[in-house]
Amino acid sequence: MASGSSERALARAWDSDIAYSFRSSPLTMAAAAFTALYLLGAMLAPWIAPQDPFDLKQLDLLNAFLPPVWEVEGKAGFLLGADDQGRDVLSTILYGSRVSLLVGFASVVLAMLLGIGLGLISGYAGGAVDAFIMRVADVQLSFPAILIALLIDGVTRGLISAQRHEELAVFVLVISIGLSFWVQYARTVRGLVLVEKNKEYVLAARVIGLPPALIMLRHVLPNVLGPVLVIATINLGVAIITEATLSFLGVGVPSTQPSLGTLIRIGNDYLFSGEWWITIFPGAALALLVLAVNLLGDWLRDALNPKLH
Amino acid sequence: MNRAEAPLIEVDRLVRHFDVSPPLLNRLFEGGRRRILKAVDGVSFAIRRGETFSLVGESGCGKSTVARLMVGLYRPTGGDIRFEGMEIGGREGSANRKLVQRRMQMIFQDPYASLNPRWRVRDIVAEPIRAREGRLPAAVLAERVGGLLRQVGLASADGEKYPHEFSGGQRQRISIARALAGKPEFLVADEPTSALDVSVQAQILNLMRDLQRQFGLTYLFISHNLAVVYHVSDRVGVMYLGQLVEVAAVKALFGRPRHPYTRLLLDALPDLEMSGRGRTPVAGEVPSPIDPPSGCTFHPRCPHADARCRGERPRFHVHGEAMVACHAVEEGRI
Amino acid sequence: MAVPALANEPLLRVEDLRVEFPTRRGRLTAVDGVSFEIAPGEVLGVVGESGAGKSLTGAAIIGLLEPPGKITGGQIVLEGQRIDNLPYHEMRQIRGRRIGAIFQDPLTSLNPLYTIGRQLTETIRTHLPLGETAARERALALLRAVGIPAAEQRIDQYPHQFSGGMRQRVVIALALAAEPRLIIADEPTTALDVSIQAQIIALLKRLCREHGTAVMLVTHDMGVIAETADRVAVMYAGRIVEIGPVREVVRHARHPYTVGLMGSIPLVGRDVARLAQIDGAMPRLNAIPLGCAFNPRCQKAFDICRTQRPDLRRVGPVAVACHLFDMPPADAGRPP
Repeated sequence: MASGSSERALARAWDSDIAYSFRSSPLTMAAAAFTALYLLGAMLAPWIAPQDPFDLKQLDLLNAFLPPVWEVEGKAGFLLGADDQGRDVLSTILYGSRVSLLVGFASVVLAMLLGIGLGLISGYAGGAVDAFIMRVADVQLSFPAILIALLIDGVTRGLISAQRHEELAVFVLVISIGLSFWVQYARTVRGLVLVEKNKEYVLAARVIGLPPALIMLRHVLPNVLGPVLVIATINLGVAIITEATLSFLGVGVPSTQPSLGTLIRIGNDYLFSGEWWITIFPGAALALLVLAVNLLGDWLRDALNPKLH
Repeated sequence: MNRAEAPLIEVDRLVRHFDVSPPLLNRLFEGGRRRILKAVDGVSFAIRRGETFSLVGESGCGKSTVARLMVGLYRPTGGDIRFEGMEIGGREGSANRKLVQRRMQMIFQDPYASLNPRWRVRDIVAEPIRAREGRLPAAVLAERVGGLLRQVGLASADGEKYPHEFSGGQRQRISIARALAGKPEFLVADEPTSALDVSVQAQILNLMRDLQRQFGLTYLFISHNLAVVYHVSDRVGVMYLGQLVEVAAVKALFGRPRHPYTRLLLDALPDLEMSGRGRTPVAGEVPSPIDPPSGCTFHPRCPHADARCRGERPRFHVHGEAMVACHAVEEGRI
Repeated sequence: MAVPALANEPLLRVEDLRVEFPTRRGRLTAVDGVSFEIAPGEVLGVVGESGAGKSLTGAAIIGLLEPPGKITGGQIVLEGQRIDNLPYHEMRQIRGRRIGAIFQDPLTSLNPLYTIGRQLTETIRTHLPLGETAARERALALLRAVGIPAAEQRIDQYPHQFSGGMRQRVVIALALAAEPRLIIADEPTTALDVSIQAQIIALLKRLCREHGTAVMLVTHDMGVIAETADRVAVMYAGRIVEIGPVREVVRHARHPYTVGLMGSIPLVGRDVARLAQIDGAMPRLNAIPLGCAFNPRCQKAFDICRTQRPDLRRVGPVAVACHLFDMPPADAGRPP
C-alpha cells in the first residue's frame, strides 16, 4: 500500500506541470546537472581531490607555477596547473568551493529567515509596525550590499581580537552578507502577505478564532513561499559573488581557509606575468557556478508563473 | 421575555466607519480633508433561533460589513452586538466574544479564495475541530471529517485532495463542511451562491436548507439576489447606504413592499415568467458612501421625496407588518 | 454538414463551428459543432453555465480567440462573406465596423489613460470617413443617446470618473459608434447592480431596435434573456442543446437540461421547498461523455444517449438535440 501510493505520488510529480517544464528545457537540465556535479565535487573534495592544498605537509615548492597538464611543462597530478606555493589548482578549486558554497548557502538562509519573518510580521500586522520595518528596509536599501557587508565586517574586526576574528571569520561573513540581503525577501513577502491576508481563507481562519501568529505561519506562509524560492536561487549566486568580492578585497575569509575569491585574488597577481591558470580557472569555476544557479532560478520563476502556460 | 422568543443574536444601532482619508503627509501638502466611509450607519435587527434572516441590497449598502461585524472580523465603531443577551461587540465585549466565537461560523462568497490552496481538504475541514477540541486521535478525527464530507454530498476520500481539484460548487460544499465542523449554532452566509452557476446554486441552497433542518441552525443570509432571498428567508432586511430601510417577514416584504427602494428593487427584477408586466424606468445610481446625501439618503432617487426627506433622516418605525424608515410611509403619503 | 442557405441570407451564419485548445495532454474541444443563424435586427440569446463554451463562441465570431485556442472546423459567414479565415488586418476592419463588442467588465473595457471622448472619436474615425469635428459631434450624440447626463462636459472626462453603470453605457456607445450590423455582448450586465442592470438592458434593447442592430447576447442569466432576446440558444459542454423562440424555450423547455435549468432558478412568487436540482456538474473539457454530453446527469437517459450524440432536430417551433425527440428521418429539418 505505502509503496504503491509513493509510486503514484512520484508518477504524479513527474507528470506535473513543473516537472514537465523542467524536462522540456535542455538548458535548465544542463544547469541543474552542472550544479549537482559541482556540489557533489565540493562535498567530496577530501576524497576526490588529488591533494589537500591547505595541508602544508603535502606541498612541495618545486611544483610551483606548473602549467596545466596539456601544456608542455605540465605534470600529471596537476590537471589545471599549480600556483605559487605548489598547490594543485584543481584541488584548491574544490576545497575553495566548499567555503564559497558554505558561506553562500548560509547567508542566503539567514537572509531568508530574517526577511521572511520580518516580511510576514510587517504585512500581517500593518500599521506602525509595518511602517517601522519598511523604513528600516528603505534606509538599508540605500546602501550597496557590499558596503554593508564591509561595514559589519569592519566593525567586528574592531571589536574582537585578530585571532578570534580568524576563528569566527566565516561566521561573521555569513552574518554580514545575510544582513545585507534580507530586505528583498521582506519586501516581496510583505507584498504577497498584503494580498493573501484579505483572502477569504485567512478570514475563515480568523473566524475560527486562531491567533494571528498561527494564521501567519500555517496559512499565509505556505502561500508566499513560491516567489521567495525564486529570489533565493538567484540570491545564492549573488551571495557567492559577494563573498568572493570580499575575499578578493582581502576582508573576507582568512587565508587559512581560502575560498574561490581568495584564489582569484592570489592568482590575480600573476595574471600578467604569464601564469594565467592560477586565476582563470577559479574565476571560470565561479562564473559557471553562478550562471548555472541563475539559470535554475530563471526556470523556477517561469515554471511557477501560471500565466506563461 | 420567554426564553424561546428571545433572539439568538441581535444588533443594536450598529455602526462601522472606515477611515479612507489620504495619508497624513498628503493631507498636509495637498490640503485634503479627512474622509470617513460610513459603511454601516446605525443598523438594528434581531434574529431568532432557527430562522433565516436575510440582508439584501446592492453594492456598497453595507450588508457584507454587517456580516463581518457579527462574526468579529471587524470591531464596531459604535452600537452593540448581543449573543443570547451577552454583549460581544466593542472593547468590553471581547472577552465574551471569545466564549461564543465557536458557536458562530461563516461561509464566504468566493469558492476559490475561501479554501487555503496549500492545505488538503481534510486539514481544512478538521481545523475548527482542532481549534475547539485540541488534539484528537487521528482515527477519530478522520471519522469526523469523513462524516462531514459525506454530509455535504462529497466522499470521505475527497479529504486527501487539494482544493484546486474541485469545482466551484464542490468547494462551497467543503466550505460548508468546514463551517459545520465546529458544531456552530449560528451561520453567516455571505453571498454563498453568487459565484456559482444557477444549477449548482440550487444544489447548494437545497443542501443548506437540509442542514438547517437537521441541525437547527440559525442563518444570516447576505445576498444581492432577491429571488434567492425570497426562496430561503423567513425575514428580510433591505439595506441602502449603510442603513436598514425596511424589515419584514418574507411574504410581507415581497407581497407588499413599502419603502420606495424596496419597490424599486422588486421592479428591477427581470421578468422571467414573461408576464409582460411593465417596468417603471428607474433613475440614478447608488451614491458614494463617503459622501452620502443629506437627510434620507435615498431622496435623490425617490419619486416621493419632499423637503423633509432632504433634511431629516427618517426613523425606523413599525408600519403594519413591517418596520420601515421612510417619511412618506410614516406620513401615509404612499 | 452544409446548411442550405435561407431565401433571405441571414446576417450571421455559424456552421458547425469547432474551437479547440491544444494542450500537452491532448486537444480539448471547447466548442463542438455549433450552428445557428442571426437574422438582421434580431436578438439571439446564448445562455449556458460556466464552461459551456458560449463566451468562446462569441470570441470566435469576432476573431478575438486567445491563443492557443483556435477555430479548427466549420465556418462563420457574415452577410454572405466568410470571416473565420480572414487575415488579421481584414478582420480588424470588420471588428468595430460591422461587428461591435460589449464585454463584461466596464472597468477594463475602457482605456484608463484616455478621455472617453478621445476613445469615441478614435473609434469613429477609424471606421467612418469623418473629420475631427464631425466625429466629436457624433460622439456627443451617442453619449446623449445612451443617457449620459451633461454629455458636453463628460465627454472630456476619464473612465475612472464614471460609475460602473455609466461606464457600461459608454461601452455601449463605443460599440455602436461605427453603426455595426451585429453586436456581440458578453455578460454585459453581470458586473452591475440589479437596478442598473435593468436600465442597461432596456437601453440596449431600445438602441438596437432603433439602429436595426442584431445582438448576440451571451449570458448565464436567464432573466436577462427572457427580457431581451427574440430567440435563445441553450449551450451545454460546447454544444447547442436547444434553440428557439424565447417564449417557447423559457416557458415550455423541452431538453432535459433546459428543463432542469429553468427549474433550478428561484423565482419571487414561486413557493417551493426545494429547487429542482440537477445532480453533478458540467463535465470538464477533458472528460466529456460519449454520446450525449448530458447523459450522466439526465434522469431520462436511455441506451442510445450513451453512445450516439444527438443532432439538433426541429420539434415544433424549436430545435432540440435530444434522443427523446428522435423522429422518423422524413421530419428531420434544419434548426429554425
